[in-house]
Amino acid sequence: MAIRERLSGNEAVSIAMKQINPDVVAAYPITPSTEVPQYFSNYAANGEVDTEFVPVESEHSAMSACIGAQAAGGRAMTATSSQGLALMWEMLYIASSYRLPITMATINRTLSGPINIHCDHSDSMGARDSGWIQIYSENSQEAYDNFIQAVRIAEHPDVMLPVMDCFDGFITSHKVENLNLIEDDEVKKFVGKYNPPYHLMDKNKPMSMGPLSLPMYYFESKRQQAETMRGSIKAILEVAADFEKLTGRKYGLFEEYKMQDAETAIVIINSTAGTAKDCVDQLREKGVKAGLVKIRVFRPFPVTQIVSALSKCKAVAVMDRADSCNGAGGPLFTDVTSAMYGRADGIKVVNYIYGLGGRDVKIDDIHSVYNDLQEIVKTGTVKEVYNYLGVREG
Amino acid sequence: MNIGKTVANETWKTINHGSHVFKAGSAADFHTGDWRSNKPVWNEAKCKQCLLCVPVCPDVSIPVNADGKISGFDYDYCKGCLICVKACPFGAIESEDA
Repeated sequence: MAIRERLSGNEAVSIAMKQINPDVVAAYPITPSTEVPQYFSNYAANGEVDTEFVPVESEHSAMSACIGAQAAGGRAMTATSSQGLALMWEMLYIASSYRLPITMATINRTLSGPINIHCDHSDSMGARDSGWIQIYSENSQEAYDNFIQAVRIAEHPDVMLPVMDCFDGFITSHKVENLNLIEDDEVKKFVGKYNPPYHLMDKNKPMSMGPLSLPMYYFESKRQQAETMRGSIKAILEVAADFEKLTGRKYGLFEEYKMQDAETAIVIINSTAGTAKDCVDQLREKGVKAGLVKIRVFRPFPVTQIVSALSKCKAVAVMDRADSCNGAGGPLFTDVTSAMYGRADGIKVVNYIYGLGGRDVKIDDIHSVYNDLQEIVKTGTVKEVYNYLGVREG
Repeated sequence: MNIGKTVANETWKTINHGSHVFKAGSAADFHTGDWRSNKPVWNEAKCKQCLLCVPVCPDVSIPVNADGKISGFDYDYCKGCLICVKACPFGAIESEDA
């Protein structure tokens, strides 16, 4: 029986952590993720969990402590944002290459500088090649649901990779929304007990992690890791199917909103998808065949699935809440276009960088993107591929 | 096994996850003496078997046999630091180019 609640994204994720009752939570506070370990430390202090809560001296130490705990056979979790994720950088790669299924809530905040505490995706997008599975959540409900699924995905025997559940700082992390929680015992049953196939504390099976891997072996290690990441799509969908059986809430690699007959579509990540869906509804009322694809799983990137979702469109706008400053386009745009190249040629695809540093995105802004797409369909020409939405151009 | 050398039939499909090593004491399999530029040479005639060289070796390059005696170096692990040369009071260990 589901529990009706009204919670912020941070509260919802900290409750998911409490329900999972992990062995170790190691964290360092940073806005806007601070509340997650803050709430959790209350649960630990009140004896509501059996978790060893480690208040470390930095995010580098937070990830290091999670790595140590997980390598020792425990289930470890953390949360961070922005500079905190940046400070974890080298340890992110250690966690994934050691194949340690750590779960992390990544509450998206822009990277300095200039210094800014508000939402964009530059933090997690920078970590997109760190070997972590990345799942993105539009609202509190998804942040909660994805965090619970993340544990199962990470620990799946065919995966054994760390997973981050990313959601928008302040917009999702601090906004209070209605949502359905799962009963404590149902969550525990769903994630199960963590039984690592091996760990450093098993005296009957001595082992080492993190050995020197010279040119003769390193390449094979990375090849194996890359293949595991690619293959994890199967486990992600398997866990989603089980989750749907438990809750009735359906999750895929991405959400297709009114895509059945869509001529123009937006591909987008996280909370702005909600705004964009309103825009799609308004356009549909006017008879415009507009649709939307909201990415849930960004790593691994669902290459062929994205192509088939977009293959009937005439023009597509890929929306990036992070700029790669690379002269080529944002991270989602470059991935979507490289997926389509040779598989769905001839579809016009443009990029919009939006909402950097917490710049508000309104329905009118999204309308202007669909208007541009309709113009492209009408004229058959693209004026500019790499665009900025909502910046003062002067 | 010397893990510094390629084992051709090991592919990305067969190596352990994360290159984990599933045995104890596996550092012995890594022949760290491969990149030595100097090497110590034992002179049996000058050696008094005092064993002062043994504990100063940072690795395991001066094995002691069952009779409590040394009989030269295990160059698989000797990095040529030459601490043993300095530790020997009898000039029984000399340095040579590796």
